[in-house]
Amino acid sequence: MITPPVVRRNTPQRYRLEANKCAKCGKVFFPPRLVCDACRGRKFAPVTLADTGKVVACTVIRTPPTGFSDLSPYCMGIVELKGGTRIQCQIADCEPERVKIGLPVTLEFRRVQEDGESGVLAYAYKAVPAR
Amino acid sequence: MAGIVGYGAYIPRYRIRVEEIAKVWGADAPSYKKGLMLREKSVPAPDQDTITIAVEAAKNALKRAAIPPAKIGAVYVGSESHPYAVKPTGTAVAEAIGAIPDCHCADLEFACKAGSESMFIAFSHVKSGEMEYAMGIGADTSQGAPGDALEYSASAGGAAFIMGTKDVVATLDVQYSFMTDTPDFWRREYMHYPRHGGRFTGDLAYFKHVRGGVEGILKKSKMKPKDFRYCVFHQPNGKFPTRMGKELGFTEEQYRAGLLVPTLGNTYSGASPIGLSAILDEAKPGDRILMCSFGSGAGSDAFIFTATARLPKIQGRARKTRDYLDTNPVYLEYGAYTKFRRKILKNVED
Ligand SMILES: [Zn+2]
Repeated sequence: MITPPVVRRNTPQRYRLEANKCAKCGKVFFPPRLVCDACRGRKFAPVTLADTGKVVACTVIRTPPTGFSDLSPYCMGIVELKGGTRIQCQIADCEPERVKIGLPVTLEFRRVQEDGESGVLAYAYKAVPAR
Repeated sequence: MAGIVGYGAYIPRYRIRVEEIAKVWGADAPSYKKGLMLREKSVPAPDQDTITIAVEAAKNALKRAAIPPAKIGAVYVGSESHPYAVKPTGTAVAEAIGAIPDCHCADLEFACKAGSESMFIAFSHVKSGEMEYAMGIGADTSQGAPGDALEYSASAGGAAFIMGTKDVVATLDVQYSFMTDTPDFWRREYMHYPRHGGRFTGDLAYFKHVRGGVEGILKKSKMKPKDFRYCVFHQPNGKFPTRMGKELGFTEEQYRAGLLVPTLGNTYSGASPIGLSAILDEAKPGDRILMCSFGSGAGSDAFIFTATARLPKIQGRARKTRDYLDTNPVYLEYGAYTKFRRKILKNVED
Protein backbone atom coordinates (compact mmCIF):
# COMPACT_ATOMS: atom_id res chain seq x y z
CA MET A 1 0.00 0.00 0.00
CA ILE A 2 1.27 3.44 -0.86
CA THR A 3 0.23 6.38 1.28
CA PRO A 4 0.81 10.13 0.90
CA PRO A 5 3.51 10.20 3.65
CA VAL A 6 5.46 7.37 2.01
CA VAL A 7 5.23 9.05 -1.40
CA ARG A 8 6.47 12.36 0.04
CA ARG A 9 9.32 10.76 2.04
CA ASN A 10 10.67 8.98 -1.05
CA THR A 11 10.39 11.99 -3.35
CA PRO A 12 14.01 13.31 -3.32
CA GLN A 13 15.53 9.97 -4.30
CA ARG A 14 12.70 8.74 -6.49
CA TYR A 15 12.16 11.98 -8.44
CA ARG A 16 15.69 13.37 -8.58
CA LEU A 17 18.00 10.39 -7.90
CA GLU A 18 19.40 12.13 -4.84
CA ALA A 19 21.99 9.94 -3.12
CA ASN A 20 24.42 10.79 -0.34
CA LYS A 21 28.17 10.46 -0.25
CA CYS A 22 30.18 9.78 2.93
CA ALA A 23 32.30 12.85 3.69
CA LYS A 24 35.02 10.65 5.24
CA CYS A 25 35.46 7.67 2.87
CA GLY A 26 33.49 8.75 -0.19
CA LYS A 27 31.10 5.79 -0.37
CA VAL A 28 27.84 6.66 -2.14
CA PHE A 29 24.51 5.40 -0.77
CA PHE A 30 21.24 5.13 -2.62
CA PRO A 31 18.78 5.43 -1.08
CA PRO A 32 20.59 7.79 1.33
CA ARG A 33 21.69 6.44 4.74
CA LEU A 34 22.32 8.08 8.10
CA VAL A 35 25.47 6.10 9.00
CA CYS A 36 28.19 4.92 6.59
CA ASP A 37 28.47 1.12 6.68
CA ALA A 38 32.13 1.28 5.66
CA CYS A 39 33.61 3.80 8.10
CA ARG A 40 30.73 4.62 10.51
CA GLY A 41 30.88 8.23 9.30
CA ARG A 42 27.79 10.31 9.95
CA LYS A 43 28.56 13.27 7.67
CA PHE A 44 27.29 13.14 4.10
CA ALA A 45 27.11 15.41 1.06
CA PRO A 46 24.21 15.11 -1.40
CA VAL A 47 25.01 13.82 -4.90
CA THR A 48 22.81 13.23 -7.94
CA LEU A 49 23.23 9.89 -9.69
CA ALA A 50 23.75 9.56 -13.44
CA ASP A 51 20.68 8.60 -15.49
CA THR A 52 22.45 6.12 -17.78
CA GLY A 53 24.02 2.72 -17.10
CA LYS A 54 23.78 -0.98 -17.88
CA VAL A 55 21.89 -3.99 -16.57
CA VAL A 56 24.04 -6.18 -14.30
CA ALA A 57 21.33 -8.58 -13.14
CA CYS A 58 17.80 -9.24 -14.34
CA THR A 59 14.77 -11.44 -13.96
CA VAL A 60 11.29 -11.67 -15.43
CA ILE A 61 8.27 -11.42 -13.09
CA ARG A 62 5.44 -13.66 -14.26
CA THR A 63 3.56 -13.93 -10.95
CA PRO A 64 3.30 -10.30 -9.90
CA PRO A 65 2.21 -8.98 -6.51
CA THR A 66 -1.24 -7.42 -6.06
CA GLY A 67 -1.56 -4.18 -8.00
CA PHE A 68 0.95 -5.09 -10.71
CA SER A 69 -0.88 -7.83 -12.64
CA ASP A 70 -1.54 -5.55 -15.64
CA LEU A 71 2.21 -5.29 -16.21
CA SER A 72 2.85 -9.05 -16.27
CA PRO A 73 5.23 -10.30 -17.52
CA TYR A 74 7.72 -7.55 -16.69
CA CYS A 75 11.47 -7.26 -16.17
CA MET A 76 13.17 -6.29 -12.93
CA GLY A 77 16.87 -5.70 -12.69
CA ILE A 78 19.88 -4.23 -10.99
CA VAL A 79 21.35 -1.40 -12.99
CA GLU A 80 24.88 -0.11 -12.57
CA LEU A 81 24.78 3.60 -13.28
CA LYS A 82 27.64 5.63 -14.70
CA GLY A 83 29.70 6.40 -11.61
CA GLY A 84 29.29 2.87 -10.23
CA THR A 85 26.19 3.08 -8.00
CA ARG A 86 23.83 0.14 -8.40
CA ILE A 87 20.07 0.52 -8.11
CA GLN A 88 17.19 -1.94 -8.34
CA CYS A 89 14.29 -1.04 -10.59
CA GLN A 90 11.89 -2.21 -13.25
CA ILE A 91 13.18 -2.38 -16.80
CA ALA A 92 10.26 -0.93 -18.74
CA ASP A 93 9.43 -0.74 -22.48
CA CYS A 94 11.32 -4.04 -22.72
CA GLU A 95 9.97 -7.39 -23.88
CA PRO A 96 11.10 -10.24 -21.52
CA GLU A 97 13.10 -11.92 -24.29
CA ARG A 98 15.14 -8.74 -24.85
CA VAL A 99 16.41 -8.13 -21.34
CA LYS A 100 19.97 -9.35 -20.74
CA ILE A 101 23.06 -8.56 -18.68
CA GLY A 102 24.98 -5.71 -20.27
CA LEU A 103 21.90 -4.07 -21.87
CA PRO A 104 22.54 -0.29 -21.99
CA VAL A 105 19.70 1.60 -20.32
CA THR A 106 18.63 5.11 -19.45
CA LEU A 107 16.45 6.04 -16.49
CA GLU A 108 13.08 7.59 -17.24
CA PHE A 109 10.43 9.06 -14.98
CA ARG A 110 7.45 6.73 -14.79
CA ARG A 111 4.34 6.03 -12.76
CA VAL A 112 5.36 3.15 -10.48
CA GLN A 113 2.31 2.55 -8.31
CA GLU A 114 -1.23 3.73 -7.86
CA ASP A 115 -3.58 3.34 -4.93
CA GLY A 116 -6.58 1.89 -6.76
CA GLU A 117 -8.80 4.03 -8.97
CA SER A 118 -9.05 7.04 -6.66
CA GLY A 119 -5.92 6.98 -4.47
CA VAL A 120 -2.56 8.67 -4.73
CA LEU A 121 -0.17 8.08 -7.65
CA ALA A 122 3.50 7.28 -7.04
CA TYR A 123 6.24 8.22 -9.51
CA ALA A 124 9.90 7.19 -9.74
CA TYR A 125 12.62 6.12 -12.14
CA LYS A 126 12.52 3.01 -14.30
CA ALA A 127 15.23 1.82 -16.64
CA VAL A 128 14.39 1.60 -20.34
CA PRO A 129 16.56 0.16 -23.12
CA ALA A 130 18.67 2.96 -24.60
CA ARG A 131 17.08 3.88 -27.93
CA MET B 1 16.06 40.18 -25.36
CA ALA B 2 13.58 37.56 -24.15
CA GLY B 3 13.40 34.20 -25.83
CA ILE B 4 14.00 30.48 -25.51
CA VAL B 5 17.16 29.43 -23.65
CA GLY B 6 16.51 25.67 -23.69
CA TYR B 7 13.99 23.30 -25.25
CA GLY B 8 13.28 19.57 -25.20
CA ALA B 9 10.69 17.06 -26.33
CA TYR B 10 9.61 13.56 -25.39
CA ILE B 11 7.68 11.00 -27.44
CA PRO B 12 6.77 7.52 -26.10
CA ARG B 13 8.14 4.48 -27.87
CA TYR B 14 4.91 2.67 -28.76
CA ARG B 15 2.92 3.17 -31.97
CA ILE B 16 -0.28 1.90 -33.53
CA ARG B 17 -0.99 2.00 -37.26
CA VAL B 18 -4.21 3.34 -38.79
CA GLU B 19 -4.82 -0.11 -40.40
CA GLU B 20 -4.81 -1.77 -36.98
CA ILE B 21 -7.57 0.52 -35.67
CA ALA B 22 -9.59 0.49 -38.90
CA LYS B 23 -9.58 -3.34 -38.97
CA VAL B 24 -11.40 -3.52 -35.61
CA TRP B 25 -14.11 -1.00 -36.50
CA GLY B 26 -14.66 -2.13 -40.09
CA ALA B 27 -13.43 1.20 -41.40
CA ASP B 28 -11.59 1.77 -44.66
CA ALA B 29 -7.94 2.33 -43.72
CA PRO B 30 -6.78 3.80 -47.06
CA SER B 31 -9.49 6.48 -47.00
CA TYR B 32 -8.65 7.39 -43.38
CA LYS B 33 -4.94 7.55 -44.20
CA LYS B 34 -5.60 9.72 -47.22
CA GLY B 35 -8.30 11.85 -45.56
CA LEU B 36 -6.28 12.53 -42.41
CA MET B 37 -2.80 12.30 -44.00
CA LEU B 38 -1.84 10.12 -41.06
CA ARG B 39 -0.15 6.70 -41.04
CA GLU B 40 0.33 5.91 -37.33
CA LYS B 41 0.30 7.52 -33.89
CA SER B 42 2.27 7.32 -30.65
CA VAL B 43 0.82 5.45 -27.68
CA PRO B 44 1.96 6.01 -24.08
CA ALA B 45 3.22 2.97 -22.15
CA PRO B 46 0.90 1.87 -19.30
CA ASP B 47 3.20 3.66 -16.81
CA GLN B 48 3.31 6.95 -18.74
CA ASP B 49 1.03 9.94 -18.36
CA THR B 50 1.19 13.72 -18.80
CA ILE B 51 3.37 14.07 -15.69
CA THR B 52 6.00 11.56 -16.83
CA ILE B 53 6.09 12.97 -20.37
CA ALA B 54 6.34 16.56 -19.11
CA VAL B 55 9.20 15.57 -16.78
CA GLU B 56 11.21 13.92 -19.58
CA ALA B 57 10.68 16.90 -21.90
CA ALA B 58 11.66 19.28 -19.06
CA LYS B 59 14.84 17.28 -18.37
CA ASN B 60 15.81 17.56 -22.03
CA ALA B 61 15.17 21.32 -21.98
CA LEU B 62 17.34 21.62 -18.87
CA LYS B 63 20.17 19.64 -20.51
CA ARG B 64 20.16 22.12 -23.39
CA ALA B 65 19.84 25.27 -21.28
CA ALA B 66 22.50 24.04 -18.81
CA ILE B 67 21.28 26.40 -16.08
CA PRO B 68 20.86 25.65 -12.36
CA PRO B 69 17.25 24.38 -12.03
CA ALA B 70 16.79 26.38 -8.83
CA LYS B 71 16.84 29.54 -10.97
CA ILE B 72 13.65 28.52 -12.79
CA GLY B 73 11.00 30.75 -11.24
CA ALA B 74 7.91 29.13 -12.75
CA VAL B 75 6.79 25.80 -14.20
CA TYR B 76 3.57 25.79 -16.19
CA VAL B 77 2.09 22.67 -17.75
CA GLY B 78 -0.64 22.88 -20.36
CA SER B 79 -2.61 19.68 -20.97
CA GLU B 80 -6.09 18.31 -21.35
CA SER B 81 -5.05 15.02 -19.72
CA HIS B 82 -3.61 16.01 -16.35
CA PRO B 83 -3.41 12.74 -14.33
CA TYR B 84 -5.30 14.19 -11.38
CA ALA B 85 -8.57 16.15 -11.65
CA VAL B 86 -7.46 17.95 -8.49
CA LYS B 87 -3.70 18.07 -7.72
CA PRO B 88 -1.23 19.88 -9.92
CA THR B 89 1.00 18.42 -12.61
CA GLY B 90 3.40 21.38 -12.42
CA THR B 91 4.55 20.64 -8.87
CA ALA B 92 5.59 17.10 -9.86
CA VAL B 93 7.61 18.48 -12.77
CA ALA B 94 9.20 21.24 -10.65
CA GLU B 95 10.11 18.68 -7.99
CA ALA B 96 11.59 16.23 -10.51
CA ILE B 97 13.83 18.81 -12.15
CA GLY B 98 14.85 20.45 -8.86
CA ALA B 99 13.11 23.81 -9.37
CA ILE B 100 11.33 23.61 -5.99
CA PRO B 101 10.64 25.31 -3.60
CA ASP B 102 11.24 28.88 -4.90
CA CYS B 103 8.92 28.38 -7.82
CA HIS B 104 5.47 29.31 -9.12
CA CYS B 105 3.47 26.42 -10.61
CA ALA B 106 0.17 26.30 -12.46
CA ASP B 107 -1.63 23.87 -14.72
CA LEU B 108 -3.41 25.17 -17.78
CA GLU B 109 -6.28 23.77 -19.83
CA PHE B 110 -7.55 25.00 -23.19
CA ALA B 111 -7.99 21.89 -25.35
CA CYS B 112 -4.94 21.76 -27.66
CA LYS B 113 -3.82 25.33 -26.95
CA ALA B 114 -2.76 24.82 -23.32
CA GLY B 115 0.89 24.23 -24.27
CA SER B 116 1.43 27.50 -26.16
CA GLU B 117 -0.45 29.26 -23.37
CA SER B 118 2.08 28.03 -20.81
CA MET B 119 4.84 29.38 -23.09
CA PHE B 120 3.03 32.71 -23.44
CA ILE B 121 2.83 33.19 -19.66
CA ALA B 122 6.42 32.04 -19.09
CA PHE B 123 7.60 34.63 -21.63
CA SER B 124 5.73 37.38 -19.80
CA HIS B 125 7.57 36.70 -16.54
CA VAL B 126 11.04 36.89 -18.08
CA LYS B 127 10.16 39.89 -20.26
CA SER B 128 8.96 41.84 -17.24
CA GLY B 129 12.12 40.95 -15.33
CA GLU B 130 10.10 39.29 -12.58
CA MET B 131 11.95 36.00 -13.11
CA GLU B 132 15.33 35.03 -14.53
CA TYR B 133 13.94 31.85 -16.10
CA ALA B 134 10.44 30.39 -16.53
CA MET B 135 9.36 27.09 -18.07
CA GLY B 136 6.35 26.41 -20.29
CA ILE B 137 5.33 22.85 -21.19
CA GLY B 138 2.69 21.32 -23.44
CA ALA B 139 2.06 17.58 -22.94
CA ASP B 140 -0.83 15.19 -23.42
CA THR B 141 -1.87 11.54 -23.46
CA SER B 142 -5.17 12.19 -25.15
CA GLN B 143 -7.89 9.64 -25.83
CA GLY B 144 -10.40 9.46 -28.63
CA ALA B 145 -13.57 7.44 -28.05
CA PRO B 146 -13.24 3.90 -29.49
CA GLY B 147 -14.35 3.87 -33.13
CA ASP B 148 -14.50 7.69 -33.33
CA ALA B 149 -12.42 9.48 -35.97
CA LEU B 150 -10.33 10.93 -33.13
CA GLU B 151 -9.16 7.46 -32.13
CA TYR B 152 -6.97 7.37 -35.25
CA SER B 153 -5.11 10.50 -34.26
CA ALA B 154 -5.19 11.10 -30.45
CA SER B 155 -1.62 10.39 -29.35
CA ALA B 156 0.96 11.18 -26.67
CA GLY B 157 3.99 13.44 -26.35
CA GLY B 158 5.20 16.76 -25.04
CA ALA B 159 7.70 19.59 -25.31
CA ALA B 160 9.20 21.97 -22.75
CA PHE B 161 10.73 25.43 -23.20
CA ILE B 162 12.82 27.41 -20.75
CA MET B 163 12.46 31.15 -21.31
CA GLY B 164 15.00 33.74 -20.28
CA THR B 165 16.80 36.88 -21.40
CA LYS B 166 20.44 35.68 -21.24
CA ASP B 167 22.05 33.15 -23.62
CA VAL B 168 18.89 33.01 -25.71
CA VAL B 169 18.88 30.45 -28.56
CA ALA B 170 15.76 31.86 -30.25
CA THR B 171 14.50 35.37 -29.58
CA LEU B 172 10.76 35.93 -29.20
CA ASP B 173 10.15 38.82 -31.59
CA VAL B 174 6.36 39.16 -31.73
CA GLN B 175 3.36 37.42 -30.18
CA TYR B 176 -0.33 37.60 -30.94
CA SER B 177 -3.46 35.71 -29.83
CA PHE B 178 -6.85 35.29 -31.49
CA MET B 179 -9.93 34.11 -29.50
CA THR B 180 -13.68 33.57 -29.86
CA ASP B 181 -16.12 31.43 -27.91
CA THR B 182 -16.79 28.50 -30.27
CA PRO B 183 -18.18 25.12 -29.11
CA ASP B 184 -16.32 22.87 -31.59
CA PHE B 185 -14.92 20.28 -29.15
CA TRP B 186 -15.45 19.66 -25.43
CA ARG B 187 -15.42 17.17 -22.59
CA ARG B 188 -17.79 17.59 -19.67
CA GLU B 189 -16.80 16.78 -16.09
CA TYR B 190 -16.57 12.99 -15.31
CA MET B 191 -16.75 12.01 -18.98
CA HIS B 192 -14.02 9.71 -20.33
CA TYR B 193 -13.92 10.89 -23.90
CA PRO B 194 -14.33 14.26 -25.57
CA ARG B 195 -17.09 15.08 -28.06
CA HIS B 196 -16.85 17.28 -31.12
CA GLY B 197 -18.97 19.12 -33.60
CA GLY B 198 -18.02 16.93 -36.59
CA ARG B 199 -17.54 19.05 -39.69
CA PHE B 200 -18.05 22.18 -37.62
CA THR B 201 -14.51 21.62 -36.25
CA GLY B 202 -12.99 22.55 -39.63
CA ASP B 203 -13.75 25.91 -41.23
CA LEU B 204 -15.39 27.64 -38.26
CA ALA B 205 -12.92 26.39 -35.67
CA TYR B 206 -9.44 25.29 -36.79
CA PHE B 207 -9.15 27.26 -40.04
CA LYS B 208 -10.79 30.44 -38.76
CA HIS B 209 -8.60 30.66 -35.66
CA VAL B 210 -5.27 29.60 -37.17
CA ARG B 211 -5.89 32.04 -40.01
CA GLY B 212 -6.80 34.71 -37.45
CA GLY B 213 -3.63 34.03 -35.47
CA VAL B 214 -1.29 33.97 -38.45
CA GLU B 215 -2.80 36.95 -40.28
CA GLY B 216 -2.88 38.89 -37.01
CA ILE B 217 0.77 38.32 -36.23
CA LEU B 218 1.84 39.05 -39.82
CA LYS B 219 -0.02 42.35 -39.65
CA LYS B 220 1.41 43.18 -36.23
CA SER B 221 4.97 42.37 -37.34
CA LYS B 222 4.57 43.81 -40.87
CA MET B 223 5.99 40.55 -42.23
CA LYS B 224 5.02 38.24 -45.08
CA PRO B 225 5.10 34.43 -45.37
CA LYS B 226 8.30 34.64 -47.45
CA ASP B 227 10.10 36.29 -44.49
CA PHE B 228 10.12 32.94 -42.67
CA ARG B 229 12.42 29.97 -43.03
CA TYR B 230 10.05 27.75 -41.01
CA CYS B 231 6.42 27.64 -39.93
CA VAL B 232 4.51 25.26 -37.66
CA PHE B 233 0.79 25.14 -37.00
CA HIS B 234 -1.36 23.02 -34.72
CA GLN B 235 -1.62 19.62 -36.39
CA PRO B 236 -4.69 17.54 -35.44
CA ASN B 237 -4.07 15.59 -38.66
CA GLY B 238 -1.85 16.08 -41.70
CA LYS B 239 -4.52 17.62 -43.89
CA PHE B 240 -5.48 20.67 -41.80
CA PRO B 241 -2.04 22.30 -41.34
CA THR B 242 -1.03 21.50 -44.93
CA ARG B 243 -4.16 23.12 -46.37
CA MET B 244 -3.84 26.04 -43.93
CA GLY B 245 -0.20 26.59 -44.84
CA LYS B 246 -0.95 26.66 -48.56
CA GLU B 247 -3.95 28.98 -48.14
CA LEU B 248 -1.86 31.42 -46.12
CA GLY B 249 0.92 31.43 -48.72
CA PHE B 250 3.50 29.13 -47.11
CA THR B 251 5.36 26.40 -48.97
CA GLU B 252 6.07 22.78 -48.07
CA GLU B 253 9.73 23.79 -47.67
CA GLN B 254 8.64 25.97 -44.74
CA TYR B 255 6.30 23.57 -42.92
CA ARG B 256 7.99 20.21 -43.59
CA ALA B 257 10.39 20.24 -40.59
CA GLY B 258 7.66 20.94 -38.06
CA LEU B 259 4.99 18.65 -39.53
CA LEU B 260 5.28 15.51 -37.40
CA VAL B 261 1.64 14.41 -37.35
CA PRO B 262 1.82 11.76 -40.15
CA THR B 263 3.79 9.40 -37.85
CA LEU B 264 3.19 11.01 -34.45
CA GLY B 265 -0.56 11.66 -34.44
CA ASN B 266 -2.20 14.57 -32.64
CA THR B 267 -0.45 15.24 -29.33
CA TYR B 268 -3.00 17.95 -28.47
CA SER B 269 -1.28 20.47 -26.17
CA GLY B 270 2.04 19.05 -27.31
CA ALA B 271 1.39 19.33 -31.06
CA SER B 272 2.71 22.72 -32.21
CA PRO B 273 5.28 22.86 -29.33
CA ILE B 274 6.79 19.49 -30.39
CA GLY B 275 6.78 20.72 -33.99
CA LEU B 276 8.69 23.82 -32.85
CA SER B 277 11.22 21.61 -31.03
CA ALA B 278 11.85 19.65 -34.24
CA ILE B 279 12.45 22.95 -36.06
CA LEU B 280 14.84 24.19 -33.36
CA ASP B 281 16.73 20.89 -33.73
CA GLU B 282 17.75 21.88 -37.26
CA ALA B 283 17.38 25.69 -37.53
CA LYS B 284 20.44 27.84 -38.23
CA PRO B 285 21.34 31.26 -36.82
CA GLY B 286 19.14 33.96 -38.33
CA ASP B 287 16.33 31.60 -39.36
CA ARG B 288 12.94 33.09 -38.64
CA ILE B 289 10.21 30.76 -37.32
CA LEU B 290 6.43 31.29 -37.17
CA MET B 291 4.41 29.14 -34.76
CA CYS B 292 0.63 29.15 -34.39
CA SER B 293 -1.24 26.84 -32.04
CA PHE B 294 -4.96 26.14 -31.99
CA GLY B 295 -7.22 25.09 -29.16
CA SER B 296 -10.88 24.24 -29.46
CA GLY B 297 -13.26 26.45 -27.63
CA ALA B 298 -11.53 28.32 -29.45
CA GLY B 299 -8.36 30.30 -30.00
CA SER B 300 -4.79 30.43 -31.20
CA ASP B 301 -1.47 31.78 -29.92
CA ALA B 302 1.07 32.87 -32.55
CA PHE B 303 4.78 33.56 -31.99
CA ILE B 304 7.63 34.76 -34.17
CA PHE B 305 11.11 33.56 -33.19
CA THR B 306 14.56 34.14 -34.66
CA ALA B 307 17.31 31.57 -34.07
CA THR B 308 20.51 33.01 -32.62
CA ALA B 309 24.17 32.07 -33.05
CA ARG B 310 23.93 30.08 -29.80
CA LEU B 311 21.33 27.59 -31.09
CA PRO B 312 23.76 25.20 -32.88
CA LYS B 313 25.81 24.93 -29.68
CA ILE B 314 22.95 23.39 -27.69
CA GLN B 315 21.05 21.35 -30.31
CA GLY B 316 23.08 18.18 -29.62
CA ARG B 317 22.95 18.35 -25.84
CA ALA B 318 19.75 16.27 -25.62
CA ARG B 319 17.97 13.75 -27.77
CA LYS B 320 16.41 15.27 -30.88
CA THR B 321 12.69 15.15 -31.58
CA ARG B 322 12.96 13.30 -34.92
CA ASP B 323 15.13 10.71 -33.19
CA TYR B 324 12.36 10.02 -30.64
CA LEU B 325 9.92 9.77 -33.51
CA ASP B 326 11.90 7.62 -35.95
CA THR B 327 14.18 5.35 -33.87
CA ASN B 328 13.04 1.83 -32.87
CA PRO B 329 9.29 2.29 -32.48
CA VAL B 330 7.38 -0.73 -31.14
CA TYR B 331 4.08 -1.40 -32.94
CA LEU B 332 1.07 -2.54 -30.94
CA GLU B 333 -1.93 -4.59 -31.95
CA TYR B 334 -5.35 -3.20 -31.05
CA GLY B 335 -5.75 -5.58 -28.08
CA ALA B 336 -2.52 -4.46 -26.39
CA TYR B 337 -3.37 -0.85 -27.25
CA THR B 338 -6.73 -1.03 -25.46
CA LYS B 339 -5.00 -2.57 -22.43
CA PHE B 340 -2.32 0.15 -22.44
CA ARG B 341 -4.99 2.85 -22.70
CA ARG B 342 -7.23 1.20 -20.08
CA LYS B 343 -10.18 0.88 -22.40
CA ILE B 344 -10.96 -2.62 -21.04
CA LEU B 345 -13.41 -2.93 -18.15
CA LYS B 346 -11.98 -5.10 -15.39
CA ASN B 347 -12.97 -6.25 -11.93
CA VAL B 348 -11.38 -4.21 -9.17
CA GLU B 349 -8.25 -6.11 -8.08
CA ASP B 350 -7.47 -4.80 -4.63
ZN1 LIG C 1 32.29 6.27 4.97
